[in-house]
Amino acid sequence: MSGINGALILGKPALGDITAAVSGIVERKPPRAWYVAFGISAALTLVLGAMLAHLVTTGVGVWGNNQPVGWAWDITNFVFWIGIGHAGTLISAILFLLRQRWRTSINRAAEAMTLFAVMCAGIFPLFHVGRPWRAYWLLPFPNADLAMWPNFRSPLLWDVFAVSTYATVSALFWYVGLIPDLATLRDRASTRIRQVVYGVLSLGWRGSARHWRHYEMAYLLLAGLSTPLVISVHSIVSFDFAVSVIPGWHTTIFPPYFVAGAIFSGFAMVVTLMILARRVYRLENLVTMKHLDNMCKVMLATGMIVGYAYAVEFFTAFFSGNPYERFVFVNRAVGPYAWAVWIMFTCNVIVPQVFWLKRARNCIPLMFVVSILINVGMWFERFVIIVTSLHRDYLPSSWGYFRPTPVDILTFAGSIGLFLTLFLLFVRFLPMIAMAEVKGVVAGGKTHGEAKA
Amino acid sequence: MNGPGRIHGAAGQFDSPESLLAAARALAGDGYTRMDAFTPFPVHGLDKALGLSRSPLGYVVFGAGLAGAALALLLQWWTGAVDYPLVIGGKPLFAFEFSIPITFELTVLLASFAAVGGMLAANGLPRLSHPVFSSELFRRVTDDGFVLLIESRDPKFDAAACRERLASLGAVRTEVVEERAA
Amino acid sequence: MKTGRQYWRSLEQLAGTPRFQEWLRREFPQGAPELAGQGSRRRMLRLMAASLGLAGLTACRRPVENILPSSRGSEAIVPGVPNWYATSMTVGGLSFGLLVESHDGRPTKIEGNPRHPSSLGATTAHAQAAVLSLYDPDRSTRVLRQGRAASWDGFEAFAAQHFAAARVGDGARIRFLSETACSPSLEAVRRHALTRFPGARWIEYEPLNQDQALAGSEIAYGAPHVVRFHFDKADMVVSLDHDFLGLDALSLGWIRQFSRRRTADSPREPMNRLYAVESRFSMTGAAADHRLRLRPSEVRRFGEDLARALGALEGPAPSPNRFLDALARDLKASRGRSLVLAGPRQPAEVHALAHLLNQALGNTGVTVTCSRAPRDDARLQIRSLQSLAAELAAGQVETLVVLGGNPAFTAPADMGFQGLMRKARYNVRLGLEEDETSAGAEWHLPEAHFLESWGDGRALDGTASIQQPLIEPLYGGRTVAEVVAVISGYKDRRAYDIVRNHWLAGWPVRDAEKNWRRALHDGVVSGSSFPEARPAADASRVAAALQSNPASPVAEGLEIAFTPGWATWDGRYANNGWLQEAPDPMTRLTWDNAALVSPATASRLGLATGDLVRLSRGRHEVAAPVLVQPGHADDCVSVPLGYGRAMCGRVGRNVGFNAFLLRTTDALWSAAGLELRRTGRTARLALTQNHHNMEGRPLILAATLEEYRKDPKFVAHSKPHLEPFSLHKEPSYDRGNQWGMAIDLSACVGCNACVLACQAENNIPIVGKQQVLRGRQMHWIRVDRYYQGSPEDPGAAVQPVTCQQCENAPCENVCPVAATTHSPEGLNDMAYNRCVGTRYCSNNCPYKVRRFNFLDFHKGLSEAGKMVFNPDVTVRMRGVMEKCTYCVQRIEEKKIKARREGRRAIGDGEIQTACQQACPAGAIVFGDINDPASRVAGLRNHNRGYGLLEELNTKPRTTYLARLRNPNPELA
Repeated sequence: MSGINGALILGKPALGDITAAVSGIVERKPPRAWYVAFGISAALTLVLGAMLAHLVTTGVGVWGNNQPVGWAWDITNFVFWIGIGHAGTLISAILFLLRQRWRTSINRAAEAMTLFAVMCAGIFPLFHVGRPWRAYWLLPFPNADLAMWPNFRSPLLWDVFAVSTYATVSALFWYVGLIPDLATLRDRASTRIRQVVYGVLSLGWRGSARHWRHYEMAYLLLAGLSTPLVISVHSIVSFDFAVSVIPGWHTTIFPPYFVAGAIFSGFAMVVTLMILARRVYRLENLVTMKHLDNMCKVMLATGMIVGYAYAVEFFTAFFSGNPYERFVFVNRAVGPYAWAVWIMFTCNVIVPQVFWLKRARNCIPLMFVVSILINVGMWFERFVIIVTSLHRDYLPSSWGYFRPTPVDILTFAGSIGLFLTLFLLFVRFLPMIAMAEVKGVVAGGKTHGEAKA
Repeated sequence: MNGPGRIHGAAGQFDSPESLLAAARALAGDGYTRMDAFTPFPVHGLDKALGLSRSPLGYVVFGAGLAGAALALLLQWWTGAVDYPLVIGGKPLFAFEFSIPITFELTVLLASFAAVGGMLAANGLPRLSHPVFSSELFRRVTDDGFVLLIESRDPKFDAAACRERLASLGAVRTEVVEERAA
Repeated sequence: MKTGRQYWRSLEQLAGTPRFQEWLRREFPQGAPELAGQGSRRRMLRLMAASLGLAGLTACRRPVENILPSSRGSEAIVPGVPNWYATSMTVGGLSFGLLVESHDGRPTKIEGNPRHPSSLGATTAHAQAAVLSLYDPDRSTRVLRQGRAASWDGFEAFAAQHFAAARVGDGARIRFLSETACSPSLEAVRRHALTRFPGARWIEYEPLNQDQALAGSEIAYGAPHVVRFHFDKADMVVSLDHDFLGLDALSLGWIRQFSRRRTADSPREPMNRLYAVESRFSMTGAAADHRLRLRPSEVRRFGEDLARALGALEGPAPSPNRFLDALARDLKASRGRSLVLAGPRQPAEVHALAHLLNQALGNTGVTVTCSRAPRDDARLQIRSLQSLAAELAAGQVETLVVLGGNPAFTAPADMGFQGLMRKARYNVRLGLEEDETSAGAEWHLPEAHFLESWGDGRALDGTASIQQPLIEPLYGGRTVAEVVAVISGYKDRRAYDIVRNHWLAGWPVRDAEKNWRRALHDGVVSGSSFPEARPAADASRVAAALQSNPASPVAEGLEIAFTPGWATWDGRYANNGWLQEAPDPMTRLTWDNAALVSPATASRLGLATGDLVRLSRGRHEVAAPVLVQPGHADDCVSVPLGYGRAMCGRVGRNVGFNAFLLRTTDALWSAAGLELRRTGRTARLALTQNHHNMEGRPLILAATLEEYRKDPKFVAHSKPHLEPFSLHKEPSYDRGNQWGMAIDLSACVGCNACVLACQAENNIPIVGKQQVLRGRQMHWIRVDRYYQGSPEDPGAAVQPVTCQQCENAPCENVCPVAATTHSPEGLNDMAYNRCVGTRYCSNNCPYKVRRFNFLDFHKGLSEAGKMVFNPDVTVRMRGVMEKCTYCVQRIEEKKIKARREGRRAIGDGEIQTACQQACPAGAIVFGDINDPASRVAGLRNHNRGYGLLEELNTKPRTTYLARLRNPNPELA
């Protein structure tokens, strides 16, 4: 993917135009579409609240989880949302280190998406426990009347550290990136209240050369830290399964496999959101076909990594000669959950192949549909890994089948509502495109990408 | 609202990074030492022109990272093997293997805090009021203004002369920035 | 006590109000299966709790009569320290000796009395569940006259004038109807009543009775005899449709005897061989070495052929038949060491044939012994019931006194007994429940539960035992003897006096008191067994009987066979949640009964498990769900009795279908001519096991005795040889007590006693049908059942699985809060108050033995509602994981005891887990594997010993002994 490319910003806008275009979104009254979308998502968020209240007051039994399927939609949704998050960090950190200038138009939105996805993800491990009011016992301090510490051998505890660190660092990274743009909003503020709010948020940023000097170093370091972090997070999530003894879970391929899947689904989500945003806010000049084209290529690539992982899993199962392992994969292919497996395979491996065609990478409606299908497929990937492995493990006497309840479904729908609500609030009140960075690209001036590290 | 106060410095606004850079170099040549530049995005070579050294943030972050790792290992060893030892799954009370994930996470966490905290500290942020905020000129900085400021602390400083010099170097507007009486 | 009273009053008021009644109707509509949904289940529990409140007032009061603890030491009651009392329960006219644990005056746990011949220290699942029935709030709690509340005083007044000689004369129009009685004291009262009313008659009826066996012995020996089997002496056992290891009141003692001959500790040891001929695939069939699927009607022919083949019966030698010939040779080869028995489902002729065969094989007096039936007037119960029905129809009965039982529900359908009862002007009914029989009775009187009343009974061999109450009657119930005493004006009125005086009278005055105390303490009256009779079976009489009643030619079409209901028996246990939720050992079905058909028959009729069908014989019909049972005889449908009770407590009402509706006088056990029509509708059956194939995994290792002798180390050779290694040094458990368990798969017959014992000991909740359907049953120990071979005629093997207490427990590693950790004694401890409920441990458990409280399964239990709970075990709350702990409370109790007595060591076998103690087969052994002398250590290193899934390096503390079978090489 070429670095400097006219296609990254169309029509050579003046710096002021960029400021106006991006800040305008925040300053003007939002379009009708925004209100409609916000209404719907807010309603869904309320449903989420209701479902969680029902869960806490009645018990996890309101979900379909059972023996032997102790984890089902809850942890599926957790992994799904965490995965979504990864694209944001990837775009803002890894592409940054790789000097990919095309990231500048999309990284802000992608990072926001990361934050919100992680928030949604956090809900599920918290509420899937039988006694959520005791969940704080997972924190590392001598707690309960027993003055006990958590068990540092448990992958679930690793999750607690990984996810909370990930959330914190992503938030910092995102905020640091926002500071210069917040200053812009402060200086453009037409009302006192805006001036004060953005003034406080921008921490007195002046854009002085001295600021930029430390700022760039900090940004670079954060990028450098986030890159291994984002990889560690999904690796650790995959440990929840890889470290267990359950056939279908106990696999060394999981960490890379999960990370690739995460990037895959994350990019799909970015595409879904950016296609909508650029359409609604007329940002075609800043989020160009070039950006979308690149993201399609990333989806194609990661999609193929995921497909490769599926194949390797099957082969390993066969090659290991472990009868339990073999059974799991035969059972996936032809067992009671075969339908889920084939949905997963179609959406994740077959569908993205269309992006080999340049025409497909230029057809926005197709892109939109594919990006959504990919996330459907990725949700099912997690469902397949978790449920099909659990429902038939070692002792056939204990085999069972999992059926979701309406509460399962509404809880997941609600989490989508929460995600969209947060994202809509973000585009309403914060610059969804990193102005300072884009200006850097336009002016051909020095961008972070070229910070002498 | 601009009450009379001490002069902070003389500022000139340029319309492109290039002209700003040229002006900065020229003024440095004149022997001005107390200058600062304000730009919407980081501009090549300004550091050199203004004689700024490389940010030392890296060392702070590295130190913080080490501290995080140490803390994590200590936490896991002490709680598991000393304070509340429990036999779990026939595993040792403390082992390097199962300590890796949490050690890594805490390393990153503390390093990141150091990076952000260090940046703000080095920049003297947050700071909600500053002389330049009172100047119209600087409004444009976060939009498309490129401003060069010669501070009054500069031994060679002379408000009128500086404004002239800035204008001669292509500043589209110049201005004397006063420190607002608190 | 005080609060109890107040509670009682307020509750009485509550129960009185129309609003409450209305609410009851709304909550528990007729026809809606109880525990239908979560919601109604929890409401049920709440109401149960409320109703249990009235138990509160008597809970803290011990029986006024002085009962004797069976445990050593003083009778003094130390608060918090449980006492043990010997008592007995009577089922189907047979008494079983029990030891009952009493916590501060409330019975909580039942064990077998080792001194008693028919329990030998073990218990059935049904005995284990009796404590729940005791506290059942749906039991009859009040005296009713014509459905309106009345009192015992009222009844006594009524009885005084109603049964006055002046009025009833010799009582020619009085009839007593009771269950089979085996109580000597009641017998005395009965005699008194019948002398008082010479014209009256006393009828005994049990739906699951021994009629055929008695009649059979009458044919063979000329007089009715009670037959006893001695499996411990038999090398060769042939069961003619007798599920003697399963659904039989006497299975308890028989399993123990049988299993003793089933476990070869060394290749040199002999082992018995079992041939089972049966229609339904029973537990007996599962244990059998050879199994022949025959419809009930075909069994007689098989018996005759066998008798002829062995020359016990004249007639043409049967046409060659591989199975029969091999069996005959086997029997010949083991004369005097074999045993042929016929099941209660088989007609008298088959029983007679069995006697004949045993005599011909020289088994009589060795493996089979007889004694005269306790009463010479013993007649076929069905005949007496028929004559009673006739008298009722003819209006010759004015007063019908129904003592216990539930004839209106269990009498043959063609009698229409419920209607006939109305024809008697006065119906006096004593019953544990307000049930079908109570409907329309002049008087309904609450019967006392056996745990709350004095009584006595006789075992099959005549051994008598006293029935001591553990608690005052919770609901003011009385015993049969007490009521008859009132009616007939017997000298004693209180059960205590009736029983005590009866026994004292039989003893010389000077040791009377001593004997009485000993009887109470031991739970058995020494020297009370029947004298053994040695009658000779008369071949000619048997032949004559066979002639006079020729076998009906095997009919075309479907045949129906009735079996006792696993959970409900004849319906008496229908309201017991523990039993309803315990899966049928073979079908694994809970909260239901189903029509069992073979796979071939199912495919012929286009049926699948869950299909609703209409079963009909003549005008009798009922709708039932189908369950396809591998190994079932073709063209035959087995239907379990005792389900589908319409007038029953909230737990059992309308659970399953009522098979009694198909049971007619001419077809009490089986019959041809069953019509089966599909309805197109389906029902959901709550099965606890949905996959029945071991998938070729080494879970239950098995070998024939031959193979075992060829290769004593077959276990080691049949498992993949792996050398698991660890990166780190694993903790060593070589000091102190290290608990372990060994389960012998050769001994286990899968009777479920362990499951119920565990439930009672560890306060395990029931979850109801809907939750079982979701796969959320809570049993800590379960008995897995796998089929091997063709679905048409498979073998079956069972394996009790509970927490294996792995030394490298996968569950422990993954718990984020360290709620489950390892104790120095090698137990996989579970800290309930630490658990946050991630269920990760359960996911990572290869044995899937952890159970999660998905909902508050104890919701709403009041203080009194907890009376059935074992105070030594935490009651787990919602959201918490729970599992087997090797009964850690029992371990600690014994450790404390040892310490108090200044002992360091705990003797081998001193600690018994609940499952181990209940197990009739003695298949479970628990102890200290660190003590090389202990039994469990020996079994651990036994050449048949292995760990389940040990290739995962979980190092389980529970080990299994591979299953041995002893098939006839000729038939291999």
